[in-house]
Amino acid sequence: MTIDPEIRERHGLKPDEYERIVSFLGREPNLTELGIFSVMWSEHCSYKSSRVHLRTLPTNGPQVLQGPGENAGAIDIGEGLAAVFKIESHNHPSFIEPYQGAATGVGGIIRDIFTMGARPIALLNSLRFGPLEAPGTARLVEGVVAGIAGYGNSIGIPTVGGEIAFEPSYAGNPLVNVFCLGIARQPDLVKGIASGAGNAVYYVGAKTGRDGIHGATMASAEFDEKSAEKRPAVQVGDPFMEKLLLEACLEVMQTGALIGLQDMGAAGLTCSTTEMGSRGGAGVEIDVSLVPQREAGMTPYEIMLSESQERMLLVAKRGREAEIERVFEKWDLHAVKIGEVTHDGMLRVKDRGRVVAEVPNRALTDDAPVYRRPFSEPEYLREAHDLDLDVLGSGLAPVLPRVSTDQNRALLALLASPTVASKRWIYRQYDHMVRTNTINLPGLGAGVIRIKGTERALAMSVDGNGRYCYLDPCRGAMLAVAEAARNVACAGARPLGATNCLNFGNPERPEIMWQFASAVEGLGRACRALGVPITGGNVSLYNETDGKAIYPTPVVGVVGLLEQANRVVSRRFQGSGDAIVLFGDGHGELGGSEYLKVVCNLVRGVPPSVDLVAERALQDLIVALSDDSLIRSAHDCSDGGLAVAVSECCFDRGGMGAEISIAGTRVSNHDWLNDAAALFGESASRVVVSVTPDALASVLERAAVMKVPARVIGQTGGNRLRMAVDGRMVIEHSVDDAERMWSTAVGQYFARRVA
Amino acid sequence: MRFGVVVFPGSNCDEDAVHAVRHVFTQEADYLWHKDPDLKGADVVILPGGFAHGDYLRVGAMARFSPIMAAVRAFADRGGPVLGICNGFQILLEAGMLRGAMLRNRTLKYRCEHVHLRVEVTDTPFTCAVRAGQVLRIPIGHGEGNYYAPPEELERLETNRQVVLRYTDPTGRVGDDSTDEWNPNGSVHAIAAVCNAARNVVGMMPHPERACEPLLGGEDGRAIFESIIEWFRAAERSTLPPAVGQATEPAGEPVAGL
Repeated sequence: MTIDPEIRERHGLKPDEYERIVSFLGREPNLTELGIFSVMWSEHCSYKSSRVHLRTLPTNGPQVLQGPGENAGAIDIGEGLAAVFKIESHNHPSFIEPYQGAATGVGGIIRDIFTMGARPIALLNSLRFGPLEAPGTARLVEGVVAGIAGYGNSIGIPTVGGEIAFEPSYAGNPLVNVFCLGIARQPDLVKGIASGAGNAVYYVGAKTGRDGIHGATMASAEFDEKSAEKRPAVQVGDPFMEKLLLEACLEVMQTGALIGLQDMGAAGLTCSTTEMGSRGGAGVEIDVSLVPQREAGMTPYEIMLSESQERMLLVAKRGREAEIERVFEKWDLHAVKIGEVTHDGMLRVKDRGRVVAEVPNRALTDDAPVYRRPFSEPEYLREAHDLDLDVLGSGLAPVLPRVSTDQNRALLALLASPTVASKRWIYRQYDHMVRTNTINLPGLGAGVIRIKGTERALAMSVDGNGRYCYLDPCRGAMLAVAEAARNVACAGARPLGATNCLNFGNPERPEIMWQFASAVEGLGRACRALGVPITGGNVSLYNETDGKAIYPTPVVGVVGLLEQANRVVSRRFQGSGDAIVLFGDGHGELGGSEYLKVVCNLVRGVPPSVDLVAERALQDLIVALSDDSLIRSAHDCSDGGLAVAVSECCFDRGGMGAEISIAGTRVSNHDWLNDAAALFGESASRVVVSVTPDALASVLERAAVMKVPARVIGQTGGNRLRMAVDGRMVIEHSVDDAERMWSTAVGQYFARRVA
Repeated sequence: MRFGVVVFPGSNCDEDAVHAVRHVFTQEADYLWHKDPDLKGADVVILPGGFAHGDYLRVGAMARFSPIMAAVRAFADRGGPVLGICNGFQILLEAGMLRGAMLRNRTLKYRCEHVHLRVEVTDTPFTCAVRAGQVLRIPIGHGEGNYYAPPEELERLETNRQVVLRYTDPTGRVGDDSTDEWNPNGSVHAIAAVCNAARNVVGMMPHPERACEPLLGGEDGRAIFESIIEWFRAAERSTLPPAVGQATEPAGEPVAGL
C-alpha cells in the first residue's frame, strides 16, 4: 500500500514531516510505520511545539531525586523516602465521554506513579467547565465527577482536594487535570528503561482491543461539530484490573528481578516500547501476534496503536522470569513474553515472525520534530486591559447590568458564585479518607496526608486562574505557582516541588503561542523564586472548539513537607476571642477579579501584581509560625479577596463569627467601589491567620523580623460576620445565613436532576 | 489477641484495619489471602472495605465464592466473632451470613462523609463496651449502602434486636426514612449495622477504622475495636469459651433479585 497525501493527512502529519520520515527510513514507510510515526510525533507525545519553552523551566534542586523525563518526578522528603507525583490532563476524552474520559485520566496518572515504584496514596484534580447554569454543563460535571469517583474510589486512593472553576471559555472544552502522589523508599525507585540485550520484554494486564486507536492524535487536534464521532477513540477504564496491576507490580518490584517498567498510556504499545528502548539506549523487538487480544483479526497497525487501558510493559532480568510470572499469577494476571531487548536501537515489530515495522528509536523520540513556532501578542489584550474604575463607578459605562453598591449583597453573591462556593457536593462523592492518612479534609485548604511510620505529612495543592492568564499569562502563571505554594504553606508545610499541566489552544496560532511562551516564563520565574522546581508535568494544546480557544490555563501542583504531622493547620478559626491577623498588604486590585466578574459582569484589567520576594518571605513566615504552633488557622486570600477569606474561615465551625475592621483603598472617585476594592480586591501574597491573645505579640514580632507586613484586623467570636471599612460597618450577616448560601450554591444546580 | 483481616484482590481498607489493630490498639493482626482457606488462628475475623472483585456484578456477589469464605463461615458457626465493614458487610449479606440486601444509595451517588450513629444493642462482641443509645460519629464511604429487607424480615430483625447501629442526627434522633437528611443512603429503618441471630456476626457500613486517631478528625470508631478487645478480656476472665451463642441463623439465601 502506498501512502498518498490523504492517508498522510488523516494521520495528522504535515508534508515536511512526511519527508522527514522518508529520509530517516531511507524509503517510504508502510502503513504500520506511518501509524507509529503519527502517534509518536503527535503534539501529545512529542511536545514538538512546547519543548523549546519547557527547557527553560527550573528542574533542579538538592531535593529533586527525579526531574522531568521519567513517568513522574520525585523529591526527597527525608527518612529515606521519596514523594513521586505528577499532574496530567484528560481534557479531550472527557468532553467526548465525560465518565470514561475522566475515569481513564485517573487510571493513567495512577499508573505513572506506581510505575516509578511508589505506592499511590493521594489524588487531586483541577477541573474547568462552562457556566453551571448553561445547558449541558451540569451533565458534564456529573459525568466527570462520577468518573473520577468511580475509578479512584474503587482502586482505593483518596481524592484529598482539588479546585474547580466555571468560565464561559471552557463551555466547549472542559479541562480535566488529575494529580497523583505516591510514596516510595528511595532505593526502590524504578525507571522505565529497557536494557541488556536478550532480556525478555513482558506484557501484562488487560487485553488489547480496538479502543482508543489514535487517542494521542485526537488529543492533538481541535474540536468541531464532528467531535462526537471520535467517541470510539475514548477508552473504557477498569479500576479493578488496575488495582490488580498496582498490587502485582509493587510486589514484583520487591523481587529485584525487574529491569524496567512502563505503563501503556497514550500511543499504547508503540510509545512504551519506544520510550523504554530509548531511555535504556537499546532497541526493542516484539511480535504482535503474542500480544493478548480482545478481538479477532486485529492488524499489527491496530495492535501497535491501541490505547486499551490497564496494560503494562516490563523488562525482566534474564534467568529470573519465573519469579515475575509467579507474582502475576498470584493476582490472576498473566504476564506474557512478547519480545526482547536488542542492542541495535531499533523498534522492530514482527507479526508471526515476519517484520512488519522497523524504525530507529531515535527517529521517534530524540529526533522527532521540534518547532519554534512564531508568536505575537494577541490583539484582545489592549481592550481587555482597559479598566477605568471612575467610569465603572459612575454607572455610565455600557456594561453594568448588575452592579450592586451594597457590599452585603456583593459578599453573598460572591459566596454563591460556584467558583468560590463550597464544593462539598463534589468532594463527598470522592472517597477522601481511604488509607486513613487524610488529616486535612477536602474544603479545608491544601490536601494533607500523614506518612505512616513517620511523624511527617505531605501537603499538596493544585491551583490556576485562567482569567488572570487570559489577561496576563506571565503574571497569571506566577500567581498560580504562588497560590499553590501559599496553600501548601498555609497547611504548615514547606513547599518542595511542583508539577504543571499546561492547557492552551492551538499552538499554530501565534497569539496562542505567545500566551504559552509568556506563561512558561512566568512559571519559571515563580518556581525559581519560591524554591519549587518543576519535576514533571504535561502539556495539553489544541483546546479549542470551532476556532475558539479556552483561557490559557496553566495549572500548578505544589507538594510540601510538614515535619510534624500534628502541627497541621486548616483554614477554620478555632475558638472565639482569637486575634485575626492579616499578613501582606492589600492594594485594592480588582483587575480580573471574581468581584468584577460576578458583580459587574466584567473580565477586564490586569491581574494583581506579585512580588516574589515578599511572597517567599510570607510563606517562610507561615511555615515557621506553624512549626512553633503559634497560629491556630491560616487561609490565603484569593478569589473574592479578604472578605471571602474571612468568611470561609468561619464556615464549618458551627456558626462562630468574626468582626474585622480595615482601611479603605482609594482606587476611584466612588466610595462604594473603594470599599469593594478593600473587601474584594485580590492582591496577592496575603494570608489571614488567627492567633490566641497570648501568642499575638510573638507572632507580630516574628512577622516584623521576616519583613512581612502584619496587622491585627479583628477578632473571632459571636455568631455574626461583621466587616467595617474606615470605621463604617458595611457588611453584617449571621454566619449561618452566609454559610447556607455558600454551602448550597453548587448543589442546587444538580438537585432537580436526582430522581 | 489475633485479628485476621481478609484480603480480596480488590479490598482497599485491609491495610487501614490492620494499621488500627496493630498501631492504635497494639494487638496482633494477620492478612488472610482470600484464596487461602486458613484463618491463621485468628480470634476475630474482619472483612474489610473495598471492591472485592471489582463489584461490577452485584457488590460482594463473587467474594462469597472465594475459598476463605468457607473457613469464615465455619468460624462464625462455631461462634467466632466476625465483623464486616462496608464491602465486608455487603459480602456477608451475599454470603447469607446476615439477612437483607444493599441497594444503590438513594441519591445514586457515592457518598463519603462523617455520619452520626446511635448504638442500638450492646450485647454483640463489637458494641459491648458502648452505652446503649450512645451516638458515635464515624465516616462512611460507599455507593451501595442502602440497606433493604422485606417487611417480614425487618420485623424479625427488630423483634430479635438485630439492628446494631442506626443513622441519626447528632442528638441520636432517627428521622423518617424517605426524607431524613441524616440517613445518608436511604436505608430502611435507618439501619447502618445488623448482626445475625447468634449476635457474633456484625456487618456495618460505616468505617470505624477511619475514626481511631485524633489526627484523622475523630476517635469514635475506637468503641468498636475496644468492644471486641474488652469482650475477649471478659471471656478470658470468666474462662468461658469466647462464644456469644450458637449460630441459629437459618441457612438463608441472599434476598434474590436485588
